[in-house]
Formats: sequence, C-alpha cells, structure tokens
Amino acid sequence: MRYHFDFAWLGEYYPMLIKGVGITLELTAVGAVFGIALAIACAWARALGPRWLRLLIVPYVELIRNTPFIVQLFFIFFGLPGIGIKLGEMPAANLAMVINLGAYGCEIIRAGIQATPRGQFEAGASLAMTPFQTFWHVILVPSLQRIWPALSSQIIIVMLGSAVVSQIAAEDLTFAANFIQSRSFRAFEAYFVSTTIYLLLAIILRQLLSGLGRVLFPRRSVR
Amino acid sequence: MIQFTTWDILRNLLYATRWTILLSLVSFIGGGLLGMVLLYLRTGRRRAARIFVKYYVELFQGTPLLMQLFLAFFGLGLFGIDVPAWLAAGTALILWSAAFLTEIWRGCVESVVKGQWEASASLGMGYAQQMRHVILPQALRVAVPPTVGFSVQVVKGTALTSIIGFVELSKAGTAITNATFEPFTVYGFVALIYFALCWPLSKSSQMLERKLNVAHRNH
Repeated sequence: MRYHFDFAWLGEYYPMLIKGVGITLELTAVGAVFGIALAIACAWARALGPRWLRLLIVPYVELIRNTPFIVQLFFIFFGLPGIGIKLGEMPAANLAMVINLGAYGCEIIRAGIQATPRGQFEAGASLAMTPFQTFWHVILVPSLQRIWPALSSQIIIVMLGSAVVSQIAAEDLTFAANFIQSRSFRAFEAYFVSTTIYLLLAIILRQLLSGLGRVLFPRRSVR
Repeated sequence: MIQFTTWDILRNLLYATRWTILLSLVSFIGGGLLGMVLLYLRTGRRRAARIFVKYYVELFQGTPLLMQLFLAFFGLGLFGIDVPAWLAAGTALILWSAAFLTEIWRGCVESVVKGQWEASASLGMGYAQQMRHVILPQALRVAVPPTVGFSVQVVKGTALTSIIGFVELSKAGTAITNATFEPFTVYGFVALIYFALCWPLSKSSQMLERKLNVAHRNH
C-alpha cells in the first residue's frame, strides 16, 4: 500500500464540515421533535381513536417500516412533484424524517402503552379524569418513561440515516464530505473525517438523550 | 423516443429486484457467518477479544451505513485495486450486518441465566460443549424472531448501495425515472416492491415471536 494520507485540506474546508454538522443537527432536531409528536398522535389514535383512524394508522406504520428511507425520501422529493406537490430539499428532508420517525416511534410507544395494565384506564376513570386526561397522565407519560431508551436509539438511527439526504442536495455533513472529496481528491480522508464526526455526534446525542430522559421523567415508581 | 408503458416500468424494476435479493442474501449469510465468529469472541474468555468486538459493534452501530459504504469503496481502492461497486457494497454490508447480528445474538446468549453455565461447568463441560448442548439450544429460541426481523433491515440497507453505483432496485428506479419522466409511478412501484419483500419477513418475525412466546415466558 503506497498511499500517503493527507489531511491538509482540512485547513481550507473545515467551515464546510461545521456547516454540514449544523444542518445534520437541525434535521435531527426537527425530525425528533415533530416525529415524536406524530408518533404520540398515532399511538393515541391506535389506542383510543375512532375506528377509521385506527384503520389508517396501521398501513402507514407498516408501509414506512417496510420500505427504505432513501426510497421514501426520493418519493417525496422526486415523486410528489409529479402530482403537483413541490418541496425544496430541506422541507422534503424534514418531512421524510418526521414521517419515518413517526411510524417507528408509534410502534415503540404502542409497545409501552400495551405494557400498561388495563386497570390503569379504569383507575383514571374512577378519579373522574376525562379519557384524554387518563391517556396523557396515566397511560402516556409512564409509557414514555418505559420506552425512552428505545425511542432514544431510534432518534440516533434517524440521525445516522439522515446521511442520505445529501442525495437530494440538502447540504448536510455527508454533502460536505462529497463536496470536499470532489474538490480535493482526498476521498478516503474526507469520508474518514466525516465518519468520525458522525460517531462523535452519535455518542454525544446518546448522552444528551439519556440526560433528557432523567429530566423529563424524574424518578417515579412506575413498575 | 421509446414509449414506456406501466408494464415496461414494472418489468424493468422487477428485473433489477433480483440484484437486491442477491445482495441481501449475500450480506445476511456473510454477516451471519462473521457474526458467529464475533459472537464467539464476544462471549469467550479472552478479554482483549471481547473488548475488540465491543468496539467493532459500537463503530458500526454509531456511524451511517452510507459512510461505511463510501469508506469501503474508497478504502479498498487504497490498496491499488480497481473496486467494482458490488465488491464495496458486499464488503460493507457484510461487516455492517455482522455487527448488528453479533449484538442481537449476544443479548440472546446472555438471556440464558448464569446458573445454566455453572451447572454445565459442574458437569465438566468445556466452553464448546456448554455452548453446543446447554446455552445455544435455549438461546436459539430467543434469537430466531429478532434475527428474522433484522433481515428486513438488510433488505432496506441494500437500497443505499445505489449511491455508490451498484445497480439494484433503487438505482433502476432512478434510471427508469430519467427515461420516463414519471417519478411518481416509478418510485411508487419501487416502494411497493420493497414492501412486498420486507413485509412477509416482518410478519413472520412477529408470528415467530408469538409462537415461540419468548417475550412473556418469564412473566
């Protein structure tokens, strides 16, 4: 192997990498917040919603969970303009990530809800809570606490999966790496550096999410 | 200009689907074999090997599969060989699958209670015998549903190989879109074909979980 590694390009191109990290984090934050909101709405609809809504949620969740993210992204970005819905690259990337996390999150939260004993609903009702209050305070919050580790993992998977949005020219970290390798011809080094950044982001995000879990769900005896 | 009928689109997509299926099989089987070796090291008695596999898994689970594909594509090129897309795709997907399968199976081996190890050790069994006669028969029951479930991730993972130029279902979708200017129909079909491949696997994973009833055995 007579290859000389060269990282001299870092001096010139590091602002691009930083900007890319910013976009990746922005996509992840938007995806996580709205994705979890969608997941909660879907989990509510599946548990307590009207029948027609329940019948819609199941195919949505199954369709998203059984197709690749990149195909979902291409369908939104390239396919939807075919029927008159045009989205820019960032809105399309955001929408794809929200829809994706919404489906996985719905399934994760549903598992938490199913683990809630039936008597909890009745206990809530006997305290004169409305069905929505019972859902929120008695069912949802303890369920979220239970499944928070799984949901955190899914958010990290979505963050790593967002590397694909570079394919529709959203200027995330992978886009920066692609750009740098095409200019500096240092492909391996560019991808090596960006992969390391992704690894660090994943490690930091995991710590942040577990800290957030401790803040959102202070110690309460649930089980 | 050639006119594409809907049937032409579907036929060409199905034609490309065989490469998705082939790559999925190679990745899953190759990843499974490598995963078994890594599992042996991860649960074995040598500390250095355990730590190595632990970081291997962390590395592959903590970085995007797309980056792994790029690194395989350009990394193999550093050795001065001309890397065809299928070689980079297969290498990266095998290494990636092995990491996930090792982690899944480690959980299954560890779900067998410690007393079983001690009981079999007290019968004078060595590590290989313990695994073969006591631990694996119990761990396999737990392992089947999540392993089948992971095969869905492998099929979906192959879609990313289109980016490094491997011609499979997604890449065919892009190519046919460029020829027909009907992205809605083409990507709709692409999604449905992936669904047709993945959904039966997802469902059988769920059914196996219910049948083997491993989730609720101890409750």
